[in-house]
Amino acid sequence: MAERKRIELMLCAGTGCVAGGAFQIMEALQKELAARELKNEVAVVPTGCNGFCGQGPLMVVLPDNIFYGWIALKDIPLLVEEHFLKGRPVKKLMFVPSEEKIPLPLLSDIPFFKKQMLIVLRNKGIIDPEKIEDYLARDGYIAIEKALTSMSPEEVIEEIKKSGLRGRGGAGFPTGMKWSIARQQEKVPKYLIANCDEGDPGAYMDRSVLESDPHSVIEGMSLAAFGIGVSDGFIYVRTEYPLAIERMQTAISLAREYGLLGTDILGTGFDFDVEIREGSGAFVCGEETSLIHSIEGDIPEPRQRPPFPAQQGLWGCPTVINNVETLANVPAIVARGSAWYSSIGTDTSKGTKIFSLVGKINNTGLIEVPMGITLREIVDEIGGGIPEGKAFKAVQTGGPSGGCIPASMLDSPIDYDSLQKAGSMMGSGGMIVLDEDTCVVDVSKFFIQFTNDESCGKCVSCRDGSDALLEVLTRISDGEGREGDIEFLEELGDAVKDSSMCGLGQTLPNPVLSTLRYFREEYEAHIKEKRCPALVCKNLIQYYIDPDLCVGCLKCLKTCPSGGIKGELKYVHFIDQADCTKCGQCFEVCPPKIAAVVKVTGDNFDRLEHLTEIVSCSDWKSSGHNGRNGKPAKTDAAEAV
Amino acid sequence: MPKLTLDDLKKMRESSRKNLSLREGNFRGKLIVHLGTCGIAAGARGIVDTFLEQFDEMEVSDIMFATTGCAGLCSEEPMITVELGDSAPVKYGKLTPEKAIKILEEHVLGGSIVKNLALGVGSERAG
Repeated sequence: MAERKRIELMLCAGTGCVAGGAFQIMEALQKELAARELKNEVAVVPTGCNGFCGQGPLMVVLPDNIFYGWIALKDIPLLVEEHFLKGRPVKKLMFVPSEEKIPLPLLSDIPFFKKQMLIVLRNKGIIDPEKIEDYLARDGYIAIEKALTSMSPEEVIEEIKKSGLRGRGGAGFPTGMKWSIARQQEKVPKYLIANCDEGDPGAYMDRSVLESDPHSVIEGMSLAAFGIGVSDGFIYVRTEYPLAIERMQTAISLAREYGLLGTDILGTGFDFDVEIREGSGAFVCGEETSLIHSIEGDIPEPRQRPPFPAQQGLWGCPTVINNVETLANVPAIVARGSAWYSSIGTDTSKGTKIFSLVGKINNTGLIEVPMGITLREIVDEIGGGIPEGKAFKAVQTGGPSGGCIPASMLDSPIDYDSLQKAGSMMGSGGMIVLDEDTCVVDVSKFFIQFTNDESCGKCVSCRDGSDALLEVLTRISDGEGREGDIEFLEELGDAVKDSSMCGLGQTLPNPVLSTLRYFREEYEAHIKEKRCPALVCKNLIQYYIDPDLCVGCLKCLKTCPSGGIKGELKYVHFIDQADCTKCGQCFEVCPPKIAAVVKVTGDNFDRLEHLTEIVSCSDWKSSGHNGRNGKPAKTDAAEAV
Repeated sequence: MPKLTLDDLKKMRESSRKNLSLREGNFRGKLIVHLGTCGIAAGARGIVDTFLEQFDEMEVSDIMFATTGCAGLCSEEPMITVELGDSAPVKYGKLTPEKAIKILEEHVLGGSIVKNLALGVGSERAG
């Protein structure tokens, strides 16, 4: 039996695809390949997250580099026979760009992948994360080999300093500087912590790095440890990431077995080992002093800095905390040199950044792009634009600590400083695209609700400030906003920023302040005109059935959970506003070609008055309004529907 | 497993590299077996096995091994196409494992077309 395979199926086994049934697909593939006697020729390789999560479950067929998305169990027999046996790629599983309608077979032709630049995710989809050999084959552990044999610790730190690498956790502190401060401390022992407490809603880049390339994090930590002079490291990861923890544990065991962790690594006398510490998912644990308390077994509350952890951290010892993505950059920098790394990016921000591109966007997924790319390139080219031809409104970056960036700034390059200037922040790299149907008051309320829940409660300004912000935002979205609310939000927001101790409080008003900066008129519409322009805030919208369009098909009537729709087959229906809970289901089920259910807000809708008159009839049957003066609905289309 | 020394690490990296050749994608040429229904009936699966074994034995890692459908000349099956660099593709027909090995050695690795076995040079015009 030949060891070599002619085809390798790189099946995505990241958390997203696993939830979509990747393991069942893997089993079905193996069964079908065995049935076709192809097991010796075709291998199935489970990989980490491919990135194009919106297409999952997915796989890439090598060596042809053909991309298949949305794979279902029922497609497997056809796929195996047609492609893997007879060599005819299956069109119906290929990616079809929304605007062109022609399937694109090759991964390299798909716009989502074309504009990306992979440094941190250089091994994603290429290696099996549970095999150390795969990592080695991709120049794995070559950087630590280089450092241990030909560099001094100072030279490693100098190399990172020169590369311009900044912390990928959000604040963007220069990594080399942090290491150097810790190295200069006299107190020993020193500790190193990889921060994988990723809490931003919609962000999952750190999880993906652990899942797709755990050894790159171990190697990055080893390099940091060698530079700083550390022999004990911790990987702090949330319990909610079971697959990441499992793969990391496997990687640590393998690295220990091979002598790449432990004592006298590679016979050079360097000692370093790491342990996993699981957090329970409190958002504040991503803040470094809280994280330290959590590892120590104390209540995870932040403490005043300085002294910074690099001076006085875990158990009072100098401690460096780096984000997982930061650490995964380190092996590439040491192996390829700081000059190469610093040639990528902008003046102040070097290298690449991973973003999780989610929300109202055609191509959802994880992308790694060079710093300095414009938002327009991300949204239009990589993201493939907004679904259903809707208009772009804003991008929310940086999660609950970040802010909204409006359409007017689509062409500005993205880096740490430009985002800060725009009133947002890099954060860990969440990027939520909002379209015209998104209400900014509602978005702000969502994020403040989140930070309000997650505030540890130590500082009054954060605990009570977020309470007050939430109260006012809720009032505005309920249609009870008052004159002066906007000014109050601004003043309180600034006060919370200024007087909170840790990053959580210092940044939590950002979603409110940035939307007030760019979408003030929307807040004003809510407060002064009691109108929600995006038709989202429940108290400010109403649903109506247009009697000129309704064909009386009973669809909405049967769907309505509160029995609020009255009517008969082929007679115009209407919504009794007293019973309506504004769930919007009638709006969803009314067939697009009829589109009789309309959503309105405030008094901006011309037909509102005329509709209200009809709807206010208490006894709908005797009032004679059904189907215009007792006549049935205008067509027989009801039966067709 | 004993701990690795620097030398072991280098050796392991090299040997692992071979297994990943399919994923690196640096190929100087392509060897394609036509695996349509006609090809399979004529014994093309055996040709695939032969090539896979020989690739292992000869440690070939810079040639992409692929399969495709029927080439349209069913009476000549089992068939293969050899594409090296920019030169025109060459088709071989009525293969046996012995002929396959000869083509692999002389043409794919050696660079000279096995004239007495070749069916023709070039492909049909597209479109």
